[in-house]
Amino acid sequence: QGRFTLLRDTRTDGSFLVHHFLSFYLRAGCKVCFVALLQSFNHYSIVAQKLGVSLAAAKERGQLIFLEGLKSCLDLLFGEEEQPGQPSPLQFLRGSCSDLRALFDFVRAALAPADGDSWKGPVLLLDDLSVLLSLGAAPVAVLDFIHYCRVSVCCQLKGNIVVLVHSNEDSEDEENELVVNSLCHHSDLILWAEGLATGFCKDVYGQIKIIRRLSLRQAAEQDVVQTYQYKIQDRNVTFFARGLSAAVL
Amino acid sequence: SFQRRAGPRPPALPGTRPSVRHGQVLLSSGLPSLDCVLGGGVAVGTLLLIEEDKYGLYSNLLFKYFLAEGIVCGHDLFVASAKEHPDNILKELPAPLLDDTCGKELGDEAAAKSEDFQDSMKIAWRYQNLPKMETSPTMYTKFGHYYDVSKKMPPELCQSVKWHSFYLHEELSFEPKMKAWNMNSGYARLLQSIQRIISQEGFDGSDPQKKQRNVLRIGIQSLGSVLWGDDVCCSDTPEDPHSLTKFLYVLRGLLRKSLSACIITVPAHLIQNKAIMERVTNLSDMVVGLESFIGSERETNPLYKDYHGLVHVHQIPRLNSLMCDVSDTKDLAFRLKRKQFTIERLHLPPDLSDTVSRASKQDLAGSAKLLSSGCGAMAIGKKHLDF
Repeated sequence: QGRFTLLRDTRTDGSFLVHHFLSFYLRAGCKVCFVALLQSFNHYSIVAQKLGVSLAAAKERGQLIFLEGLKSCLDLLFGEEEQPGQPSPLQFLRGSCSDLRALFDFVRAALAPADGDSWKGPVLLLDDLSVLLSLGAAPVAVLDFIHYCRVSVCCQLKGNIVVLVHSNEDSEDEENELVVNSLCHHSDLILWAEGLATGFCKDVYGQIKIIRRLSLRQAAEQDVVQTYQYKIQDRNVTFFARGLSAAVL
Repeated sequence: SFQRRAGPRPPALPGTRPSVRHGQVLLSSGLPSLDCVLGGGVAVGTLLLIEEDKYGLYSNLLFKYFLAEGIVCGHDLFVASAKEHPDNILKELPAPLLDDTCGKELGDEAAAKSEDFQDSMKIAWRYQNLPKMETSPTMYTKFGHYYDVSKKMPPELCQSVKWHSFYLHEELSFEPKMKAWNMNSGYARLLQSIQRIISQEGFDGSDPQKKQRNVLRIGIQSLGSVLWGDDVCCSDTPEDPHSLTKFLYVLRGLLRKSLSACIITVPAHLIQNKAIMERVTNLSDMVVGLESFIGSERETNPLYKDYHGLVHVHQIPRLNSLMCDVSDTKDLAFRLKRKQFTIERLHLPPDLSDTVSRASKQDLAGSAKLLSSGCGAMAIGKKHLDF
């Protein structure tokens, strides 16, 4: 409870982890607020169906609150003037305010415990923090937003947060590297999906490093790092020890 | 929009086919060999970004192929440019090789080829099962056509489809009626124009009366260049580094909710700030970079004598699924023959003489390092292992 998990990918696409966590938390009966900035609702819905969860049904019964970033952005830019009581979560796109306060208010309202809610633990899932930087948010604003979310969701509501970021070792995107490094220092668990150092392989899509940051909570502990390799299939992902893929054995 | 149709299948749109992997409707990019590389074609609702080669010659060709394919399939077109007037772009499209001409010219070739395919390989039998890339028109298909670059498309064929144009310098003279968007005004106008066409012509399904649905192909030429009023290509610290990425994000939203597909060419080699190019890649669905050999030392290198340039696939989308359609070949090159432009697997000629191999080993190592940087959706190697 109250954990911050960072999903990080380098030279590959780590979105399979997002799909996993989404279906995992929904199946566990948690209330999930999913801020999906890069893909449409149908995309997640179809993949979740393959993993055995129906997003539409979860949305109906109030278990899932889905913010579709693309749709929200279009409503903001092409829609009529919004009502003053309901600011768009992506307000910062207009440039009038430079912080992500509206997005935070949305998240807080979504995960606030309502009467008659029998869900276990709130969860905030964010697909692709790096997009916020592309849309003009300053790195400090993004870090502030995450900080507010952590205080509200992890500490006050005892929920979990899962965030996906992209990073690259020789990336020239300094703002992105700043955000990623800062988040790494404050995460409880880091799942780092990397492409293989030796190049493309059909049977091994990449390797994943699981870093349990025990040093965050207790001063004398060391971080535990485990490395596995993985292969993505249509309905699941198989993990195996390094060098022991099915193609080799 | 990405919706799996479970009920009775509606009539298929012209010039499209469903994808086997993710049930999404695919369009041809106009170049069947590029369709192979992209995993079958360009999916409806997605964006294909072409990183221009140094002089923009070959990327312009891909741009025209995309539009020409739209005309032959009867799709609607939206052409935007700040460089040439869209009317002129449409006059310069390559002519399609249709049934009767194709049959006669290539009938002999096709007959010879089919004999080849029947014969099993006797010596190189291990290579029998390697996938073959379609590089020549062996048969006429309804999805993906072949074009003759040396001839122009007949004007009556161009007039047969409905097309919309956006020429920046004409648009700027009109009255601005935009709200305060925090974006480069040229981009903002283009987005408004696209959104207006999509909603007026019913590409977003907003008009249930319209039975005859069609696809809109959007082509944007040289986005990010100076002519659009953006200085990303001139300076390391542009005035508004977020305009281009915001534009792509809003465009992505518009594409996802409508029956359209878009091709954009970007002069990536001119963009100084590489961080912006990384963000642009992350915001696009498919990214293909062209690197031509013109003016480089590879032009005279005997290793590359058959080709005119390399093709780098930087990104392939994962649509509606955990996996993506990535082809096995990462080493791709293109060549422009007199009538045809093709993308092929890069074959290095055999090392026949001592001197060639000595000088070329270094070059091979260098070029292999570039080649091994495969598409971003799968793993990219960072070291070249010399076997």
